[in-house]
Amino acid sequence: MTDLRAIYQELILDHYRKPRNFVALESPTSQARGHNPLCGDRIEVYLMIDAAKIVQDVAFQGAGCAISTASASLMTEVVKGKTLAEARSLFDEFHEMMTGDTAAVPRDLGKLEALSSVRQIPIRVKCATLAWHTLKAALDEDSSQSPSISTES
Amino acid sequence: MTRLEATDVLAGKPSSFDVSRVRLDFPALSQIVNGSPVAYLDNAASTQKPTSVIETVTAAYTFNYSNVHRGVHTLSQRATEAYEGARETARQFLGAPLVEEIVFVRGTTEGINLVAQSYLRPRLEPGDEVLISGLEHHSNIVPWQMVCQQTGANLRVVPINAKGEIDLDAYKDALSRRTRLVAMSHISNALGTVNPVQMIVELAQQRGIPTLIDGAQAAPHLALDVATLGCDFYTVSGHKVFGPTGIGVLYGRLDRLNEMEPYQGGGEMIRSVTFESTEYASPPHKFEAGTPHIAGAIGLGAAMDYLTELGIDTIGAYETDLLRYATQCLGRLPEVRLIGTADDKAAVISFLLEDIHAHDVGTILDQEGIAVRVGHHCAQPVMDYFQVSSTARASFAFYNTAQEVDRLVGGIKNVLEVFGR
Repeated sequence: MTDLRAIYQELILDHYRKPRNFVALESPTSQARGHNPLCGDRIEVYLMIDAAKIVQDVAFQGAGCAISTASASLMTEVVKGKTLAEARSLFDEFHEMMTGDTAAVPRDLGKLEALSSVRQIPIRVKCATLAWHTLKAALDEDSSQSPSISTES
Repeated sequence: MTRLEATDVLAGKPSSFDVSRVRLDFPALSQIVNGSPVAYLDNAASTQKPTSVIETVTAAYTFNYSNVHRGVHTLSQRATEAYEGARETARQFLGAPLVEEIVFVRGTTEGINLVAQSYLRPRLEPGDEVLISGLEHHSNIVPWQMVCQQTGANLRVVPINAKGEIDLDAYKDALSRRTRLVAMSHISNALGTVNPVQMIVELAQQRGIPTLIDGAQAAPHLALDVATLGCDFYTVSGHKVFGPTGIGVLYGRLDRLNEMEPYQGGGEMIRSVTFESTEYASPPHKFEAGTPHIAGAIGLGAAMDYLTELGIDTIGAYETDLLRYATQCLGRLPEVRLIGTADDKAAVISFLLEDIHAHDVGTILDQEGIAVRVGHHCAQPVMDYFQVSSTARASFAFYNTAQEVDRLVGGIKNVLEVFGR
């Protein structure tokens, strides 16, 4: 039986109601657009990366369900201040937590673990990973183009 | 506030329709899903199958299976008889004058694509117009967009009003000397609006413009009569009328079908073939290249027989009661906003729950075994009109009950609770 209260726990609902870093950055060093055609959710992730390859600022815009909005909001909180390498590693670990073979969390992912219950509803996992895939596209961007990703590709 | 009890919806009604008995015909409805009896409220997407359809398809493969229109042997004769028998059943179901006017297709989508490519494409010139409405499913938009791109014609869209009804004045104004076809749905899948197709067809006919009516959502709810309607084309999907997937029917008036090019080339659709030229078969076989979905067509015939036996008007009346009850119940919840409030509606309720995303609504309802569709319902322009990205949609069939409506209301209250409202 799925534990609804775990999925829609207070931390998730709080980030859904009051998403953090919910703004379009004026002049980001890179940005990417994500789209989930299944539900029509769209997200734009903006990054400000400095010369030392540290994510100085990260923000997002878009409209989505509680899970995708909370996931994006939580993501911006944990990625801010990380190096590019650390941010990429966080993507891998988050992705593993959401889609890996076991429910075992690779390491302490802190409040991101609030999203692990979404695994119980496989069709909703993409809601939680949309922001992260978009982040990855922005991290990989060569600053000459604004890439788009789609969960159904 | 007085609360309408679930039983009231049937109270005082003659017992011509026994829903609890009818439900026994559908094995899928007695399942437990996520700990509760399934409440299947996603019938506009697809419908459950009665035992008679399942058994007919099984028998078609078990005892009477062979290719059709080919062998002289007994099994082929039996299969051909059953397949062509289903065509006759479909003719009666649609109210078509002639059995040659019934083309088996994969579904409504293929029926529309067939008309777009075989009828319309050779007749379109740059600047010509194809007229649709703002209510259409993607399958009654994209095939016309494609044929317009191929020919330089223009797709024109008749707007809808805030209730989700086609603006008939705008429709009259949009009919022009360049209009080559009017293609509109009988019932909107996203909102349930029943469109005034008789008037739509007559207005087009007065100007000599052919019409296609997308009947995917109408076939499970209304008695069809294409001869009286007078449209040139009408198309339905088997899986939405309690039949198999991958099969549907395109009705085309015979003179139209005769003047059309084939849709696909292959076996079955020919009279004679040499390397130099091919003489095509007559309709409907001209449009049925390759081995058809034999068992599907036979199963569809069984589904149509089932509906006819129940009585389309009987189930229509029951569904009208159910829709009224559901609209009242949901209308009492201040957090619910109904999308689509047409005066004439089929048993579909599209709604928003405050600012809670429809996918969250769908997930939480599913935990109580309540199946609703959430999303844009393959009708993104309708969502754009109402400035929403998605809705939750409960769509009813005759096997749904007032108790299931009550469970939906309870489920919605639970969603509000989970979200702390």
